[in-house]
Amino acid sequence: MAFDSFADFIAMGGYGFFVWLSYGVSFLSIVLYIVYVKRQKRQLTQHVVAQQAREARIAAAKQSQEK
Amino acid sequence: MFVWLHPYAKTERAYALCNTLMPYFLSAAVLGLSVGLVWGMLFAPSDYQQGDSFRIIYIHVPSAILSMGTYVAMAIAGLVGLVWQWKTAYMSMIAMAPVGALVCFISLFTGAAWGKPMWGTWWIWDARLTSQLILLFLYFGVMALYYAFSDRQQAGKAAAIIALIGVINIPIIHYSVEWWNTLHQGSTITKIGKPSIAPSMKWPLLVSIAGFMGLIGTLTLMQLKNVIIERELHRPWVKQLLSQQETK
Repeated sequence: MAFDSFADFIAMGGYGFFVWLSYGVSFLSIVLYIVYVKRQKRQLTQHVVAQQAREARIAAAKQSQEK
Repeated sequence: MFVWLHPYAKTERAYALCNTLMPYFLSAAVLGLSVGLVWGMLFAPSDYQQGDSFRIIYIHVPSAILSMGTYVAMAIAGLVGLVWQWKTAYMSMIAMAPVGALVCFISLFTGAAWGKPMWGTWWIWDARLTSQLILLFLYFGVMALYYAFSDRQQAGKAAAIIALIGVINIPIIHYSVEWWNTLHQGSTITKIGKPSIAPSMKWPLLVSIAGFMGLIGTLTLMQLKNVIIERELHRPWVKQLLSQQETK
């Protein structure tokens, strides 16, 4: 182990701000990207479901008109 | 010879392949990143000159190397699309672009946060930093051009050509530290024969590079699945798949 205590580990020999800034921003940007991709997927799914519901409604309306 | 590849030109098979490959890349990402980063952060010794600030290397170097690797992979996918007219090749190309841009951004940002304590500046317009910034703009260019076309096949062709032209930047980034005077240090692990990094620092770095490869693979597959769905929205298999997922 390169550090004696947890406080030492956080301090990173005086470079704590820069080290944790790097790790934090990298982690955050990866997480945000995953959130973005998941949201994109959900929007595509909702689009398809809405379209199918609309098609079903149109089909039902046509049938009731023919009667 | 490559006949076994042909079914994957069909988007449905390519989508299924994404699902098959996902767990392997995901486990490589989780395993490689957790082992590599914990090893690098806790157990690697401090650098004799840079102290503990050198620990940024465990994100900076993997992301920098792989931002170039992803670019080359993206350009190869573009070339395959141009030569064999495979739409799934264009789809993988455009799925890799945002992931590559993300990784490129991480390399630039961690580089800046490492440069401030070591060089005294967040940014300097020297050869290595500038050429890496151009790489980020090339990723943006590929995406901008692709999404500027409403015809996806045309979009793929145009973006693939830009991606291929941009490959010229890759050797420039790699050799920039040798060709020009720069603040950035030379290569340490890719020096042929005699790496100038101690094994106790090198091994966690290699593990973390493997982890980043897994991460990039995972993110690309996630993005590629969305690209396939968006392109094939009108196909029965996509409609069925998505309405099934919605009811779950």
